[in-house]
Amino acid sequence: MGLRSPEIVADAKPGQFVMIRVGSGIEPLLRRPFSICGRQGNDVFLVLYRVVGKGTAIMAETEKGGRLSVLGPLGNGFELPKPGQTVVLVAGGIGVAPLFSLAQAVKEKDIQFMAGFGSSDEIIRMDPINDLNGINISFSTDDGTKGHAGLVTDLLDEYLKKNRDRSDSMSLFICGPLPMLKRVAAMALDHNISCHASLESAMACGLGACQGCAVRSSSQEKTEFYHVCKDGPVFPIGTIDWNSL
Amino acid sequence: MSSQPDLRVKLGPLDLKNPVITASGTFGYGREYKDIVDPNLLGGIILKGLSLKPRAGNPPPRIVETPCGMLNAIGLANMGLDAFMKQELPRLQTLDTAVIANIYGHSIDEYGELAAALKGVDGISAIEVNISCPNVERGGMAFGTDPDVSAEVTGKVVRNTDKPVIVKLSPNVKDIRIIAKAVEEAGAHALSLINTITGMAIDIETRAPKLANITGGLSGPAIRPVAIHMVYQAVQTVDIPVIGVGGIMDSRDALEFLIAGAHAVQVGTANFVAPRATLDILEGLKIFCRDNDVAQISELIGSLKIAE
Repeated sequence: MGLRSPEIVADAKPGQFVMIRVGSGIEPLLRRPFSICGRQGNDVFLVLYRVVGKGTAIMAETEKGGRLSVLGPLGNGFELPKPGQTVVLVAGGIGVAPLFSLAQAVKEKDIQFMAGFGSSDEIIRMDPINDLNGINISFSTDDGTKGHAGLVTDLLDEYLKKNRDRSDSMSLFICGPLPMLKRVAAMALDHNISCHASLESAMACGLGACQGCAVRSSSQEKTEFYHVCKDGPVFPIGTIDWNSL
Repeated sequence: MSSQPDLRVKLGPLDLKNPVITASGTFGYGREYKDIVDPNLLGGIILKGLSLKPRAGNPPPRIVETPCGMLNAIGLANMGLDAFMKQELPRLQTLDTAVIANIYGHSIDEYGELAAALKGVDGISAIEVNISCPNVERGGMAFGTDPDVSAEVTGKVVRNTDKPVIVKLSPNVKDIRIIAKAVEEAGAHALSLINTITGMAIDIETRAPKLANITGGLSGPAIRPVAIHMVYQAVQTVDIPVIGVGGIMDSRDALEFLIAGAHAVQVGTANFVAPRATLDILEGLKIFCRDNDVAQISELIGSLKIAE
């Protein structure tokens, strides 16, 4: 979905999110968080969604030209990789969203994009977003209808094996379902590769007030919990207690 | 009527510029909303619940949406008294609104210690005593469901502070009037009601509770009729002012509480849904007063009409 807001487009960093109020009534009540998935020109930003419940069903019915209440941009966003680094993006399903916005923002397009989906008809295209030419993208599908038959982590595993000597200059960014994130986080820690994950959480305010989106920290001395809305949604993987998730 | 309606209300010894206050735990320390709501426009802000020592809070998931509401089990996560005094208080002291500290203790003595620590502190206009949190193992609601203990906590705080004391009551009781009366007799200057209603939600696929804490506190418009009723019951039982809280989303909801007899209202969950909710409510109250020739909003308080 494309949303016109020059203010949000001007302010947003890749990896940040917005809270969208679907409808104007009290059911469903809470706003829904969506990663900003990229921009079109100077006034439109994109969000990706899949109809999974009441809220997204209402979003799907929103007519072109309609208005939605959007709060954002929120959260920390990605720290852009330093020039000269090989950027490796690993996404599962709708997790491509924040990584699209990152890919769009990275100037040097030395980007390996690995995206896993259930089946070829679920693949989310990058076509609506400009500036994404020159990216090496590879797919995996659970049913083998496109690209590698299996998990996206297999693609990463293979890539890391081939490029073992370059792991120092690699920067990994990941977003997707929890089992995928856990697996990639473990691989990155194994290979000692810099890796940032964009996390999802149920959320009420998006502003750090309700403290509903807690995620356990790996260092209890620092803090027991981070909040996905304010401290995240992007975290260096070493800061999160993955066993608690 | 062309002139501005007078929105000022009194909560016992506490004067508010208008009756719209943010509810504890839904507005942080105000700075979380700094780009959206100027707290100086509000009647007051009630701060995130404060305990003597820092509290990490409950494990996630901590929140789940329910029909026209949400369950939360945050577990009173907060920075603790020392950090609050250093990190938050100086900025709060510059505000031109009633800043109300919400305190929570594990024991009656802890409530007393917190009250004493805030005694004479510039920039804190009043203390709201939380004896009704459903999401902590000890204290909290355990205090608020027993009239004798409620009174004991209230008395302890009143004796340890020079500030107006507001006691926030739990709806999870057999008869709110008994608790309200006990707290009034113990010296409270005002009551807030209601806190959240204990609830639970289950994921039918995993058959596990949706909250790690198993139970949580229900808030949002789903609980508003319960809150209205309890405010109505309380104002007939006590002489101290009552602050209405529970599911207020817009000015019509706020008016319902005022007419039921509340002197002021707290806006909670609505801050999550519409961050500007408090300001919109304020604007709606002004318009209602103008349209209905109400010169002073206090005229509306308890103006409920029940046929003979």
